[in-house]
Amino acid sequence: MDRALPQPTPETQHFWDGCKAGELRLQRCTACKESYFPPRPFCPGCGCRSVEIYTASGKAILYSYVINHRPRPDMGTEPHSIAVVELAEGPRMMTNIVGCPQTPEALQLDMPLLVTFESFGAITLPFFTPAGA
Amino acid sequence: MKPGSIAVVGAAETTRMGKIPDVSVIGLHADAALNAMADCGLTAKDIDGVATAGESPVAIAHYLGITPTWADGTAVGGCSFMLHVRHAAAAINEGLCKTVLITHGESGRSRVGSGGFGRQPSSLMGQFELPFGVTSPPTMFTLPVMRYLKTRGYTEEDLAMVAVIQREWAAKNPRASFKDPITVDDVLNSPMIAWPFRMLMCCLVTDGGGALILTSAERAKDFPQKPVYILGTGESVETPMVSQMEDFASSKAFRVSGKKAFDEAGITHSDVDHLMIYDAFAHLPLYGLEDLGFCKPGEAAAFIRERNTAPGGRLPLNTNGGGLSYMHSGMYGMYALQESVRQMRGIAPAQIPGAKVAVSHGVGGMFAASGTIIFGNER
Repeated sequence: MDRALPQPTPETQHFWDGCKAGELRLQRCTACKESYFPPRPFCPGCGCRSVEIYTASGKAILYSYVINHRPRPDMGTEPHSIAVVELAEGPRMMTNIVGCPQTPEALQLDMPLLVTFESFGAITLPFFTPAGA
Repeated sequence: MKPGSIAVVGAAETTRMGKIPDVSVIGLHADAALNAMADCGLTAKDIDGVATAGESPVAIAHYLGITPTWADGTAVGGCSFMLHVRHAAAAINEGLCKTVLITHGESGRSRVGSGGFGRQPSSLMGQFELPFGVTSPPTMFTLPVMRYLKTRGYTEEDLAMVAVIQREWAAKNPRASFKDPITVDDVLNSPMIAWPFRMLMCCLVTDGGGALILTSAERAKDFPQKPVYILGTGESVETPMVSQMEDFASSKAFRVSGKKAFDEAGITHSDVDHLMIYDAFAHLPLYGLEDLGFCKPGEAAAFIRERNTAPGGRLPLNTNGGGLSYMHSGMYGMYALQESVRQMRGIAPAQIPGAKVAVSHGVGGMFAASGTIIFGNER
């Protein structure tokens, strides 16, 4: 079964183009300088429509997660993490932690992570992996 | 409606009209909203009421950065916005909010993006949550909990104890689905659903329904049943995406809704005789006790463990057995309200003797929305 994939919109296209290019692209307000996620063409902090796209460091920490023991049919049959990471730039995003056992012992809150990308045809998804792994 | 009491101060349409293939549905809502706010010199911080149709008011509020004390998602077709104006007028006159934003956006021709509560792959949830394997509430509502446990210093045993004590209440309720006693070990040894959640930390899935009829307090005395008065109300919404909650250890919607209800009712926590907190999962009563102000952050687990919410305790909580043991058909809030009403009428299976004030606190989505109703059996 094919993995459920996003359908980009005009306001989010830059993010998905970035993933394809191996870059994690965020937006920030040119007025209040706040970085935010998910993408939108104005600042949710102050309402300013002057925002810019930039490439984030890809560094994050593991903020919270579950290990789903009843995976969706498109996610395979083994238990897998569904995580929220906190990016070094501030925003949090949902992802999967890959490249390590999917166990509570291997998934410690606040552990440092790095972004990694995996292609699924037309879409490339951003995952995170333990830093230094 | 009180004639002449409410006015429109800002009004605008989208920047462009006709064919707009580069803006999605939620973007059209937002563009019109930003233009209307500019029209009257307000920002999102000045808005405390949101009404919309075709898109969720939760999504609109979060997208724009609004923290509302009133939200209306009445969707009855093209005239929804007329109903929103009328509902907004009543809400403002009643003091539920001061400044209401009503939005519409529709990509009728270009069909870019999609609105509504659905999980279309072009929605923000479809783009930024669904690809990572979230299924249903067991993998979404639970997502903040590892962070919550660490922040508060709570344990898996603390989560399990919530289910254990609610089963004690269910044992007193002939209509409860599960009545047999359980232990913390039983809960921890039940099948793993989504770490750290075991099956007995998750609500039931059952069939059922409920209904309420309301009228004025003046008229209520002419009815055969003992009137149950509404003393205070609160509501708020935060985000349709659990991954974007502001604070994983506290629900902003809970805090805003609860405070509004307590302020309206003019009561303090010590006035509350009976409490319902929507328990789709075992962590919700812990969040609720803290976010409603019954416990300080970090003290809710001990409060439950020390039997304050158990039969015989000073704050009876989820006395029907809750979503964990009584029933949960999908939108459990109705059953929390029904138990509050039974307690105020004095006819609940696990009746709290002499109870005069009951708080019923609900959640919608995965911490997306919240509503609080405070009932009393005296005016």
